[in-house]
Amino acid sequence: MEVGKTLWIIILIKLVVIFLILRIFFFKPELSSYDSDEQKASHVIENLTKLP
Amino acid sequence: MLLSSLVDASRLQFALTAMYHWLFVPLTLGLGILIAIFETKYYRSGDESWKKLTQFWSRIFAVNFACGVATGIILEFEFGTNWSNYSWFVGDIFGAPLAIEGIFAFFLESTFFAVMYFGWNKVSKGFHLLSTWLTAIGANISAYWILTANGWMQNPVGVAFNPATARNEMTDFWGIVFSSTTLSKFSHSVMSGFLVAAIVVIAISCWYLKKKRNKEFSMRSIKYAGFFGLFAIVMLMVTGHSSAVTVAKTQPMKLAAMEGLYRGENGTPLVGVGLLNPKKEWNNDEDPYLFHISIPKGLSFLANMDFDSYVPGINDIIEGGYKYVDKNGEEKTAISFQEKVERGNMARRALALYGQHKDNPDTLVKNQVLSQAQQYLDENFEYFGYGFLKDPKESIPNVPVTFYSFRIMVMLGGYFILFLLVCLWMWKKKIIENKKWFIFIAIVSVPLVYICAEAGWIVAEVGRQPWTIQDLLPVQASVSGVSSGNVWTTFIIFAVLFTTLLIAELKIAFNQIKKGPEGIKWN
Ligand code: HEM
Repeated sequence: MEVGKTLWIIILIKLVVIFLILRIFFFKPELSSYDSDEQKASHVIENLTKLP
Repeated sequence: MLLSSLVDASRLQFALTAMYHWLFVPLTLGLGILIAIFETKYYRSGDESWKKLTQFWSRIFAVNFACGVATGIILEFEFGTNWSNYSWFVGDIFGAPLAIEGIFAFFLESTFFAVMYFGWNKVSKGFHLLSTWLTAIGANISAYWILTANGWMQNPVGVAFNPATARNEMTDFWGIVFSSTTLSKFSHSVMSGFLVAAIVVIAISCWYLKKKRNKEFSMRSIKYAGFFGLFAIVMLMVTGHSSAVTVAKTQPMKLAAMEGLYRGENGTPLVGVGLLNPKKEWNNDEDPYLFHISIPKGLSFLANMDFDSYVPGINDIIEGGYKYVDKNGEEKTAISFQEKVERGNMARRALALYGQHKDNPDTLVKNQVLSQAQQYLDENFEYFGYGFLKDPKESIPNVPVTFYSFRIMVMLGGYFILFLLVCLWMWKKKIIENKKWFIFIAIVSVPLVYICAEAGWIVAEVGRQPWTIQDLLPVQASVSGVSSGNVWTTFIIFAVLFTTLLIAELKIAFNQIKKGPEGIKWN
């Protein structure tokens, strides 16, 4: 196989794994469960002030 | 216990991804520039052998680029998922440089890379050359923005903390972009990329000489890579020194750990070679070293450009009381760990108070409490992160890892000066092809230069523990509420993904090297 083609296949597989598998199933940003910035801020303030 | 295992798993995962990512990056930074120099020679001379040379090294560049591209994105995913408190807390400081990197530099690099790769015989010679230069420069500009983000974590300047949102807000964009930490990190890391590229080019060329093929091609490559590498290693010494000066000002604990220094003095020596005493703790009287050979007053000079200056050790930093010049140039007396913890706790309590009262319907009480809380925060925020620490031990990075990594980097740096000088001398005498030992050393130098560059990052990152943001946020306060099981699963996926990519890169690259410059057909 031409090396160019091999490299394209590697890039595509990698992008699929990163964006369609890892991003969707494993890397949900924790704060995305909150709707507003105020809620996110309150959550973080709570974490930063209640930790032991 | 649970928290600490989550922190450790998240740190290990981040370390794995960052270190694998850095296996792909340095070659892109340096080889891009070397290729642009080769193509400029072709453009000026019209000599087809320069074109062949450019095309061959571009092929190696393409293999590395294809395998490495987007591996850094995973680090950004990890910020959001595993380090959500941190991601929120840094606000737009981290987002802005990374967005500029993504939009500007990455697209510049990728677009012109496509022209560089597919454009031979399709666009004019001049435009092709321009694209090659822009690809190389784009990669280096990308690095600048990433290192701006990293530099800010090590030296958080140019921001104000907003307690209403619990985020840091940018007050001085240029102060962040041109902070001394960013500048020294950028120059030092880019030069390490140049050195990596020089060593890879020399090693592959030496292999051709051993096989008695592509002699003219190899000798030319060795000449240019040799001088390029020599320039890089000299600059690495210079920028390494300026990095140490910056670290001394902004992260004295890191410098002390790099040296295994527990008690400082005026005219502190620099440990050249040494073996740490594993029984040494900050609070016992064991000797820090089992054995060491030191350069008198060397550390004082490396850190402060003054042979007689004072460099604090780990115990001095914990106890405080010594005089130092802060990053704004003001002379101050260092406060102790305990005082820092108290001030950090005050800042944390003020933030809690602010959080409780920011929606208080009684405006009078609200205004009073918020203004009081704001005042406490203003006075103590610089020690915010210490409010999460209890034991002085928690403020000390892993001394052996930092100490030995620093020595590996610097000693290999010395080795590469010698290697490049010998290489250029042998190139001039045209004797490399008969010297099997040298060819062997050249090939072994490839893993060594990668080890050297990785060791540099270990010094920079392990040495700054426990901080994700220096003095403001330690690792245990930065993590999210994800389960450590989840982190381990993704750790294994990454390990498999990256190892596969690395094997693919090596296999394809070896294949291309075997085919050689004569095996290249461009469209
Ligand atoms: C020979 C003298 C050298 C000195 C005095 C030196 C000094 C330093 C210092 C002090 C740091 C930590 C900077 C920080 O934490 O902010 C560092 C980091 C680093 N070093 Fe070196 N270094 C030298 C050689 C090298 C060589 C030969 C390479 C690579 C091939 C290298 C690659 C790196 C890298 C990649 C980093 C991490 C990025 C950074 O923080 O700049 N260094 N070096």
